[in-house]
This record gives sequence, structure tokens and C-alpha cells, in this order.
Amino acid sequence: MTTATQSKARTIRFKIKRSDGPGKPSYWQTFNVPVNKGEGANVISCLQYIAANPITADGTATTPVAWKAGCLEEVCGACTMVINGKVRQSCSCMMDTVAPNEGDTITLEPMRKFPVVRDLFVDRARLFESLKRVKAWVPTDNLWDLGAGPIETPEQHEVRYKLSECMSCGCCMDACPQFHKIEDDAKWQNAFIGAAPISQVRYFNLHETGATLKTERLNEMAAKGGISDCGNAQNCVKHCPKSIPLTESIAAVGRDTTIHAVKQFFTGK
Amino acid sequence: MPSVNKNARVIVVGGGLAGLAACVRLAEQGVNVDCFSIVPVKRSHSVCAQGGINATNEIARQQGYSEWVHMDETLIGGDFLADQPPVYEMTHWAPKIIDLLDRMGVPFNRTAEGQRDLRLFGGSLFKRTHFSGATTGQQLLYALDEQVRRSEAEGKVTKYESWEFLWPITKGEGADKKCVGIVAQDLRTMQIRAFPAEAVIMATGGCGLVFGKSTNSVMCTGGAAARCYKAGAHYANGEMIQVHPTAIPGADKCRLMSESARGEGGRVWVPAKIGDTRDPREIPEGERYYLLEERYPKYGNLVPRDIATREIFSVCVDDNMGVDGKNQVYLDLSFKDRKELDLKLGGILEIYEKFAGEDPHEVPMKIFPAVHYSMGGLWTTFTPQQRPADPVQDLNCGFDTVTGMKFGAHNTMMTNINGLYAFGEVNFAYHGATRLGANALLSCIFDGLFSGQGVANFVKEAAEPVADIHQSVYDEAVQQEHFKTQKLIDTAEAGHSDPATNPYQIALEMGEEMTAACTVVKTGPRMEKAMSKLNELQGRYENVRLADGGMWTNQNLSFTRALGDMLTLGEAILQGSINREESRGSHYRPDFLERDDERFHQTTIAEFNPTTGKPDLSYKDVIGGMVKLRPRDYGRTESEPKAEPKEATAKV
Repeated sequence: MTTATQSKARTIRFKIKRSDGPGKPSYWQTFNVPVNKGEGANVISCLQYIAANPITADGTATTPVAWKAGCLEEVCGACTMVINGKVRQSCSCMMDTVAPNEGDTITLEPMRKFPVVRDLFVDRARLFESLKRVKAWVPTDNLWDLGAGPIETPEQHEVRYKLSECMSCGCCMDACPQFHKIEDDAKWQNAFIGAAPISQVRYFNLHETGATLKTERLNEMAAKGGISDCGNAQNCVKHCPKSIPLTESIAAVGRDTTIHAVKQFFTGK
Repeated sequence: MPSVNKNARVIVVGGGLAGLAACVRLAEQGVNVDCFSIVPVKRSHSVCAQGGINATNEIARQQGYSEWVHMDETLIGGDFLADQPPVYEMTHWAPKIIDLLDRMGVPFNRTAEGQRDLRLFGGSLFKRTHFSGATTGQQLLYALDEQVRRSEAEGKVTKYESWEFLWPITKGEGADKKCVGIVAQDLRTMQIRAFPAEAVIMATGGCGLVFGKSTNSVMCTGGAAARCYKAGAHYANGEMIQVHPTAIPGADKCRLMSESARGEGGRVWVPAKIGDTRDPREIPEGERYYLLEERYPKYGNLVPRDIATREIFSVCVDDNMGVDGKNQVYLDLSFKDRKELDLKLGGILEIYEKFAGEDPHEVPMKIFPAVHYSMGGLWTTFTPQQRPADPVQDLNCGFDTVTGMKFGAHNTMMTNINGLYAFGEVNFAYHGATRLGANALLSCIFDGLFSGQGVANFVKEAAEPVADIHQSVYDEAVQQEHFKTQKLIDTAEAGHSDPATNPYQIALEMGEEMTAACTVVKTGPRMEKAMSKLNELQGRYENVRLADGGMWTNQNLSFTRALGDMLTLGEAILQGSINREESRGSHYRPDFLERDDERFHQTTIAEFNPTTGKPDLSYKDVIGGMVKLRPRDYGRTESEPKAEPKEATAKV
């Protein structure tokens, strides 16, 4: 196999915001990483290089940078971080696109709205807790053989499928001005829940069996930290890597919540 | 009636499809479940599965398909290396599993009438693959993740996410050896502790990282399986590694390009003339060589994966016909309708565009084979059950009696260690020497739901309650792991990057060597050379040095520990490959070209020898009894590219 690209190595400078653990101060370190054009280098392959060569640009010996990764195909959500100021997955951040020239600088920071565990590794447990808050599941009776689920039109499938592509990466929360970092898990329950779980409310309410929990979900949406905390900044939809129509979901769930509240007012149910 | 243990607890290691399906089954059966996962379970490697999940359906049935045919396809796909009763049971449960997933709300693609849509997949002439766009694994995982979250909210399942399994705790020796819990480490605080349980299910997936760059996620090291193997669990058919024909090579991994691309009509081709560097859109039909369609007129682009892989490999490496003189061929969907492509394949086309920078709606994709799946894994057993053949499901099978697995039997998918089970990709049970596309999701969920029932019965009815087990058993296991950890931590030196003892460098060399010697084409001498290389790497690993000696979120430690396990597993895979002197399914030996049923219609069993640190191999007969052995050629015909003498001159 020919490797005519070998001679085209360039150096990319990685400025990385590090922290040794919760409550520890953050500090910056810079690393030089050699990259060849046309070989598919991304932030992950550069972080792998740094792990194998943990020496800063000024020659200081240090520890490998901690970060989370999984599929590297932008379907698991694990490797989300803030790159050059924008929250996104690091696996799909390709060097030939974002840093094509010798000496280009890439800045890496941990997500801003979740507690830092170490370096670029954050704890997104709150996100998964919020899925419990809205009962994001279809309440099946059991696992026995009871035949197929409800029939669904292709149109409805198309809407649901798009919503179901949400990989709980948290980009929508990180970019949202109404969503704040909360370290104390006791305070999550009443804080703004964020766009992704609201979209999941829509997703499960659209399913025939899923809709049996609609009232409970809308009660949660009407409560403190629910839909009314949305400030309509629309950052969520701009930052969603899967182009999920989050603002449409927020609008739809907002309407349902209002109708639900009016009905409750008149019927008491 | 034996007394029932109402406080029984099961540990599930791994939160992919197999692990989560086991969790829901056990929770429903009233068993306490602790689920351990290195990553949040919703980020497990199952999300990478794209194409679909196979099951007999009414449309295919009316055209002559059946559960029996699905079994037959799976067995010949696996070149008859799988025991037949587990494959019988899995294929017969498949339609029920699809229905259940449908009830859980999986957004399966729909026909105009609202029925579940179907697509064609490799190794079959019938449409029997159910799918959810091209992210089926993600959608199925999410459905099970949601059900487990519900069980968690109800207090039936406890998750330990960001915890790494270190060792199975066992008691007794030989046939009396039993698993009574695990040692695990919190990857944030680095705390090491013991977790007792009446049974442990390993659902830890494959070992792609042994080969360096593969289609697998970063946690698919095979480390957990290797630890069980070192603790005495047998490892079966390790040599059976699937190389997927179509992947996008990258710097950090090889990204999967789903078989569904071909299932939806995608065509594999290369320019018929060597050195033709024209834009692919400018190469007319007559000057393209559709290698799979020409060589396999019946199955075309949908021959099983090992076959497609060898043909693509050979057209590039032997015939030097790769696109632009490189190891790559075209996978072409550009002639298809854009809207239909987006509905059925949107997810993977988007991935290609993001990572390769070209729009596959417009230009053919460039792909090459990459390591994808391990058919081999921890050896497991089952209880056969004879029953009358079903007039519908087993139509025209030619038998009055068939053999499946007994539902709820205690030993279903149990390893040779009592109480230690293996579900999903980490076992060896269903796919023989090649797995058919869209059978992996099935085997994972089937194990969780079907085999999970056996575990529930075992812990309630037969397992020794952990309350009766002496605390010293657990304390000693924790001490042992503390010792191993400390030994690695003590090597730490900040900034360490000497290639000889750098864990990442050793891993890189291991991956390159294993890929070169032990994947698509394997020969005895080349593999012997690879064995020497592994031994050299093991020597260097003895002196491996960390660059991080801290006890907070030390990923350097976790990686280096897994590297040691990968070297051990790599040796078992390599030894199994060297000793299997035949070609069967994914295991292709030019020095032994024929399938040799006389000598090798047998399961390879690798047993770790603690004295030598090497695998001891033995062989067990494959359990057949239903489908008879027959040649596996998928109607190959001789075909050479029509190198037409047109003016296919290179544009420079």
C-alpha cells in the first residue's frame, strides 16, 4: 500500500483544560501532536497520542489526559466535550477539517453543565435521572409472548424514529442558558430538566402503550423545573448532533401540558 | 420441592443487549440484580449494531421460509461449527422476541399499511430482517435500557456504572468449583471491593481491541472474558473472528458500514481496468467489475461476510485492483433514490459523510474489511430437550423429533464453573465459524430472555446462599486484586513514553501483528511468527510502566491491566488458529484449503495453564443430529473481470 501522505505531517497544538478531581482547581496544558493529512485523524486519535506521549509542549512530563469514549461513531454520546468553545462529540471532530494547517490550535474543555470527574471526563448521571423523572419507558405488562405491539403508520414512525435517535449526550443541556450545573444530586429534582428529556416525553406519549403514562409525564412537565423553565433560546436544537427537532418537541409538549392543566382545572383529574 | 431462596442475587457484568435483557428477565422473576458496566449502560457497544435483527415473519413464511430454514441458514453460515440445539431454540424464539421488542416501543420501520418492514440480509434469499433505520442496535438497546431504568426506579435492579469487573470469586476446585461473586473497581474513586452473588452472568461482548483497530468500541478489549479464562473458565473457538467486509478505515478505529447498505441494493465494484483513476461517476457500467455479483450470481452482494471479505481482500491484495491502487473498493448506493435511502439508511450514510467527508448519495463509498465480531468466546453448556417437530415452524424438515434447549434449565449458558454464565457475544454458542448478519442482536437478546430464566431458577432453587459463604473467601479475592493493582501503580513515572515499555505502544504492535497474521488469511508459518511476537510483547509487558500513579480516575491503569489480558487472549486465539489445520467459515488457511470434518468438526477448547501461562487445547465433538453436513459454496462461479480495452486512461 502506498503511503504518499507520510511526508505531509503537521503539528497541531492541543490546549487542554485539566483538573485532577472534583473540587480541585483547573489548569491548562498544551501538547503538540503530529498529524498526517488524509489519514482520518480526529480528536480521539490525538488524545490517544497524548496518552502514549504524556509530555507537554514545553517538555514537562505529566499524566495522560482523562476522557470518556465509546463507539467513536457518534452514536453512543460518551466522548462529548467542548471543542474550540462548542459542545460536540470529539470522535467526529476531524483534524483535516478543523485544523488543516501547521500550528493550528485546538482547545478542549470538559462539558460546562456537569460535574467534572477528572480532566475532560464529566458525570452525566443527572441526565439519566431525568429520564426516570419523566418515566421514559413503555409500561409493558411482562415479557411473555403476547403478540405484536400496536400498528404504526410510516409517518408516525418517521417522527418517533427521529426522536429515538437521542443518545443522551447532553449537548442540548450544555448549550442551554436555563440549564445550570448542579453538583448536589438532591437538588436535581426541582431544577430545569433540559431539552432531551422533554423530547422523550413527546416520544413516549406518541406511542399507544407509552401514552398510558401521559398524565404522569405531563404532571412532571407542569411542575417546577419542567417545561415552563424553558427560555426559548433555541440553543438546544442548534447544538444537537443528531438534528433532533428539539424545539418542535418543546412546543408540542408545551401545548399538551397546557391542555392537560386546563383539563385538570375543570375536571380535577 | 427444594426450598426457595427468596433473597437470591445475581450479578450481571455488562449492560449491552445481552446484559440488559438478562436484567429485565431476572427482575421480572423476582431476583435481585446488580448490573456492572464500565460505561453508562446506554453507551454500550450494542449501539453500534446497524442493520437489523433476523426472525421468521408471515410474509417470508408464505414464500417458504420458516424457523427451521432460519436455523439451517445459521448453521451453514457458521460452516456447521455451532452445536445445533442452541441454534434451533434461538431461531424458534426469534419471532416472539421481535413481538416483545415491538411491544416495548422499538420504532421498527413500517410499510404503508403500518406493518413492520423487512429487508434482505446476507446468507438468505428471503427478507427476514427487521430494522429500525440503520441504527437498529441503538434502538433495541434503548428499549431495553428504558425497561431496566423502570426496574431500577422500582428498586429491582441496582446499576454500578463506571465500575470495572476485575475477577470472578470462586470457591472449590475442579468440578466443584463455583462462582460466588465478583471483585470490581470503581473507575472514578479506584475503590476495589467484593460483591457477593448466587450467580454471575458475563455479558461483556467481544474482543476487537486485540486486533488494534476494529469496528468495536474502545471498551471491547475482551479483558473480562480473559479474566474468567485465567480463573479457569474454558474459552471455545477463539480462532473464529469475523472480519466485516465493509468498514471505513480511520486513524482511531474502523467504522462499520452496515451490511444493510447491500441489503438495500448497494453494489460492490472496482474499476475493471487496473490503474483507472477516473472519477467513479465517469466510469461506465461496462468498465466496472461487480466482483460479488459476477462470482456469486445467486446471492450476489449478500454472500456471508467471510466470503465477501475474502473476495474484496483478494481483489485488492492479490489482483491489485483496489480503487486508486489502495486497499479499498467501492460500495455504491449513489444510483438509489435519495428519500428512500434516508428513510432506511439515513444513520449510516450520515456517519460516512461525517467521517469520510463525501456524500454517499452522490458518490460511491470507499470501504475495506475490518475485524468486527468474535464467534468464539467462553464455553457454555445447556440441557437438550427433544420434542415433536412443529408442523409450521419445522415444515418439511424431514424429522419427527427435533432437539432444542430446555427452557429454565439451571445450566443454560453456564460455563464450566458452576454459577458463572456467559451471554451474548462473549459466549461461543450460536454462530459457529461465521455469524450471519443480523443474528447478533438476536443471540444477545435471546440469551438474556431465554437463558436468563435458567439463572433465575438456579439461584432460587439450587445455588448455595451467599450468606453461608465465609467472608474470608471474599477478603482474599479483594487482597489479590489490591496486590495486582499496586504492582502496576508502583511502576508509574510521569511522562513515561519509552516505546519498549509503554502500554500504548505494546498494544499498537499487538494489534498490527494480530491483524496481519490472524484475520482474513492465516498460514502456519506466519502465525508462528506472530506467536513469537506475542511472546516478545509479553516479555515487555512484564516491565510495562504507567505514566500515572494516582488513585483517582486512573485510566492508564485500567488500560494497562486490560492490555495484559488482551495478550493472554490473543495467544489463545492464535494457538487455536495454528492448531486448526483446515479452512472453515471465517478461518481461512491457504495451507489447508479444505474443510476437514474428519479431524475438525469439533469445538476448540482452550484452558489456561497457570503453570506455563499458556493455553492447553483440547477438542469436543460438535453436537449435531438435525441438519447434515454439506458443502458451503453459495453457488460460486469462476469469473474474471472483463478488462475491456477501452480508453480507460488515467486522468492525472
